[in-house]
Amino acid sequence: MRLDDPDLLRRLLRARDRITAAPHEDWPVRRMARVSGTSVAHFARSFREAFGVPPHRYLLTLRLERAAALLRDTDVPITHVAFACGWQSLGTFGRTFRDVYGLSPGAFRRSERGRGTRVATVPACIAKAMARPNLTIAVSEKRRSVASG
Amino acid sequence: MGEVGIGVMGVYVRDQDEARSFYVDKVGFVLHTDVQNGPFRWLTVQHPEQPSLQLGLFAPGPPLHDADTEAALRALVAKGAMPGLVMHVADCRSEVERLRAAGVEITQEPVDRFGNVDAGFRDPSGNGWKVIERGGQG
Repeated sequence: MRLDDPDLLRRLLRARDRITAAPHEDWPVRRMARVSGTSVAHFARSFREAFGVPPHRYLLTLRLERAAALLRDTDVPITHVAFACGWQSLGTFGRTFRDVYGLSPGAFRRSERGRGTRVATVPACIAKAMARPNLTIAVSEKRRSVASG
Repeated sequence: MGEVGIGVMGVYVRDQDEARSFYVDKVGFVLHTDVQNGPFRWLTVQHPEQPSLQLGLFAPGPPLHDADTEAALRALVAKGAMPGLVMHVADCRSEVERLRAAGVEITQEPVDRFGNVDAGFRDPSGNGWKVIERGGQG
């Protein structure tokens, strides 16, 4: 189904902007819905139709991108990285991170440090989008498919 | 003989009255041209310090677009899918405070990155802007 009501799309974009600006904050659906002026019942489906990804997966990619950057570019302890990026639990962070990047946060940090590469020369927002994990399926599905296959 | 170079670049906006008021009264651009020609309204504004370039504020629709194309363009603009624009400023933080006070929707607070300071805002239609204060090369 295609969604083409410009007023609704503009309000959904506002919610996406707000999430993008503060992915470390708590984003229950009712908060996202309030920002976009939509009902809780319709928000997630409308967001997915507008942007091709469910809102919570979008939020997760932002958090993972920020976590990966902190691991790569700073010495912030892994526990702090997890909380600074919006995770409530170190275990969940580590598991999700490994499911997406294939390495634990610590191993990822060591591996990135070893390579010594840096994305530059394009605007930072584009570089960030390039670094964003491309999650085409839910992490839980990916975990199941890896486990089974 | 006049100057050569890019003269007009445009963005699609959902409502030209709203866009004119936004870019002139809030962002601080100046009106260059606003003429109605049948169903078509040619509306351009300029950065006050850049008289060689006009920014067109164009509404999708007749006579240039059929109804399906207009609907597609309006949807793309509203979901922020059009290319972003960049405005260079001398002081990003004070510019953002000025825009915020004028009621502009700030989408990204100023951040120091690679020697620059950048922030973001959107126009009412959904077009995204970066506001960049350049510190080093670039």
